[in-house]
Amino acid sequence: MNRVKPPFSIALILAAPGALAEMAINLPPPATGIARDIYDLHTLVLWICFGIFLVVFLPMFYALWRHRKAAGHAAAGFRDNTRLEVLWTVVPVLILIGMAWPATQLILDMKNVGDSDMTVKVTGHQWRWEYEYLDDGLRLVSNMSTPRAEIDSGRPQSAHYLLEVDRPLVVPTGSKVRLVLTATDVIHSWWVPALGVKQDAIPGFIKEAWFRVDKPGTFRGQCAELCGMGHGFMPIVVEAVTPEQFAAWKAGQMAGVATTRATAQAAIGKVFSIAELMARGEQVYNANCAVCHQSTGLGIPGAFPAMDGSAIVNGPKLAHIDRVFNGKPGTSMQAFGKLLPDQDIAAVITYERNSWHNRVAAPDNIVQPAEIAALRH
Amino acid sequence: MDAAAIHSGYQSHPTGPMRWLTSTNHKDIGTLYLWFSLSMFLVAGSLAMLIRAELFQPGLQLVQPGLFNQLTTMHGLLMIFGAIMPAFVGFANWQVPLMIGAPDMAFPRLNNWSFWLLPAAACLMLSSFFVPGGATSGGWTMYPPLYIQGGIAYDMTIFAIHIMGLSSILGAINIIVTILNLRTPGMKLMTMPIFVWTWLITAYLLVAVMPVLASVVTMLLTDRHFGTHFFDAAGGGDPVMFQHLFWFFGHPEVYIMILPAFGIVSTIIPTFARKPLFGYVSMVYAVASIAILSFLVWAHHMFTSGLPAGAQIFFMYSTMLIAVPTGVKVFNWVATLWRGSISFETPMLFALAMVCLFTIGGFSGLVLAMVPVDVQLQDTYYVVAHFHYVLFAGAALSIMGGIYYWLPKWTGHMYDERLGQIHFWLTAIACNITFFPMHFLGLAGMPRRIPDYAPQFADFNMMASVGGFVLGASQLLFLYTVIKCIRGGAAAGDKPWEGATTLEWTLPSPAPYHSFTTPPTLEPDNHHGHA
Repeated sequence: MNRVKPPFSIALILAAPGALAEMAINLPPPATGIARDIYDLHTLVLWICFGIFLVVFLPMFYALWRHRKAAGHAAAGFRDNTRLEVLWTVVPVLILIGMAWPATQLILDMKNVGDSDMTVKVTGHQWRWEYEYLDDGLRLVSNMSTPRAEIDSGRPQSAHYLLEVDRPLVVPTGSKVRLVLTATDVIHSWWVPALGVKQDAIPGFIKEAWFRVDKPGTFRGQCAELCGMGHGFMPIVVEAVTPEQFAAWKAGQMAGVATTRATAQAAIGKVFSIAELMARGEQVYNANCAVCHQSTGLGIPGAFPAMDGSAIVNGPKLAHIDRVFNGKPGTSMQAFGKLLPDQDIAAVITYERNSWHNRVAAPDNIVQPAEIAALRH
Repeated sequence: MDAAAIHSGYQSHPTGPMRWLTSTNHKDIGTLYLWFSLSMFLVAGSLAMLIRAELFQPGLQLVQPGLFNQLTTMHGLLMIFGAIMPAFVGFANWQVPLMIGAPDMAFPRLNNWSFWLLPAAACLMLSSFFVPGGATSGGWTMYPPLYIQGGIAYDMTIFAIHIMGLSSILGAINIIVTILNLRTPGMKLMTMPIFVWTWLITAYLLVAVMPVLASVVTMLLTDRHFGTHFFDAAGGGDPVMFQHLFWFFGHPEVYIMILPAFGIVSTIIPTFARKPLFGYVSMVYAVASIAILSFLVWAHHMFTSGLPAGAQIFFMYSTMLIAVPTGVKVFNWVATLWRGSISFETPMLFALAMVCLFTIGGFSGLVLAMVPVDVQLQDTYYVVAHFHYVLFAGAALSIMGGIYYWLPKWTGHMYDERLGQIHFWLTAIACNITFFPMHFLGLAGMPRRIPDYAPQFADFNMMASVGGFVLGASQLLFLYTVIKCIRGGAAAGDKPWEGATTLEWTLPSPAPYHSFTTPPTLEPDNHHGHA
């Protein structure tokens, strides 16, 4: 998508009403039955409101024109009319009942999570989503893939700027997918407009939602509940594929999990050089830590502590590992032990202990994956 | 009254800063409230300018995400607690005693204290921008657990809210006692001016819900520092309980900010239609029903929090029901205009714009009341559009209309009608350019409270930003027009508005420092407090 050129787009808005057709002014095209029903309900309510607006304000503007003092109109003296008052109390009630009926039906539909074909557990973290296919034990963490540098440059270029992830949620078409949602830190909200689903993910509680996608496609959404600094940067991508493709995808993922596990297992036994750990660690740091602690390691005073010169980073290795692995409850500091593989945790800790002005003396300056793996038992 | 009498005896009072610091005079305190409100309006408005500047284009250009969240949070808190609520209390201070023929508020010293709490609270809140970590950035709704994560600014905000809440409660008690006890003989409750009625009901709402807000932020404070777990699931608490308690305050709060606006509009429209308010009794009942219903709709702010179907349906119905009394008010305003003799001075323009634009906000409220539609629109720009139509086009336009309406009485001078009209048209047009496209943004899928957005939202954001800058700049013209009116202008005379009927217009302009020291006599055929 081209970057918007300011003067041009203003001219577009002001000069060519036809161009408005190009701009989204309504709910996105629905991809599920529920989303379609919501779309229709919104259209119905909108037209009713539009009708009432005309019925009320046409007489008002007529009065403003015909009964103006400048036209010499003298004021009447009436101040009451019981029949009218009753009429305009009762008629709105009837209209409201007409609107409430389909809405009630739809609520009951949306709340009916029974008879689902599969269940996905959605966990909100600051600031990424984690999906777990409960029937298969398959788990994946989904991060925004728009590079931080592109955002900071102020010049968006990606085709799906801010709405792209490294690993989407993949679901089969035609299946009723039940979501169970929770969060680990603060409240998030999982929202994909085309699916007609928005459900808050609340730490300590499990909430439910469901959808059934008709046709294959990619559907994008975002976190909808303010969850801190990265709130604007935790997109959701759902890819609906045919059941056959889904089965193939799942098999591939399961195989991938086995490979990853084997690699991780091998990594535990392996001793990495500091250069290897530093290179990997820098990538991990920028993807996971820099939002708060900044790529300069300086943090944001008062909100997010500096890594540069930090007592924990420059202190005993175990305390540093503990903080990264288990997080700090009550803050945005995640328990990365649950989110990252051992070698990444080892790499990022090594990176922090040897970057900026931090120069931890050997041998405490290097953390190997085996040390992290030891914590998992 | 001759000049000598004005400057002798009880008319004398301290001058300079001491006049304002120690004043127990309802007019001085009303003026203080209004200036305080205007300054907070400009401060909170400039935060909004920064927000709109960042959102002018996709990509991060001016403001980092952390600061952006501080700006949206503080814009909301300062506009609500600093600008809109104090403005209405300012009107109440000036106008309630004048309209009911009372010499002053019932508790003049309490009145002084109620006001002077506010600048202290505002200083506390504003200075939090400069503490480590910056100001509160968890949204004006302060949802935990996010709110538990914040730094010292979050505690400063909690204390500022305590102080502002105390000020509101004391002010409300004063208004209730004044209205119930100090009406001039012969003015019955059902013959009071409608503005006084709306404030009486608003004051009861304040007394009922501000303690709830104070309690819930205190619970946040103890969760933050004293080891309680009201809102922490790990300790047996529930973050959603905060939302229930907050919105039990928050929804009546919405009406606290709109009922006095109804009162102002219901005063201005009959004046410039030169015709009595249509359906006075049903207007009073409508305001009372809105107030009562406002306690039964809170969970419509929480339709995506995972309420059971039964609760969603109950709160949807109760919310839709509010459309009925609100509709009655709009219908009655139109009926008041019908076959009037209408003229279009600045206050009338603001009142008419309020009726139209507030109705748009009402309609979008109805759309949001439908649970399934709300699931799509909750926490999007559609909601931002909705509450700005209600709070800017509803409350702020009424406040501006009220200022133009009563400035002649307060200052003794007519405001500059040409400047007033320019200010009106700039404000009314810019307000729509700013807030109308936000409906489209929300429908198309843009969440609120994000510092950066996908490029498909770029055009409407740019439009909203351009509108916002014009809207902001226009308020400087408002400031100039008000100052110009205070410093001079054509003499207003006792009653500059031909169609005005309430008691304040029987006094000279500017209203003398002490007025109605003996209760005024109402005419035998008095209707609704009309002299």
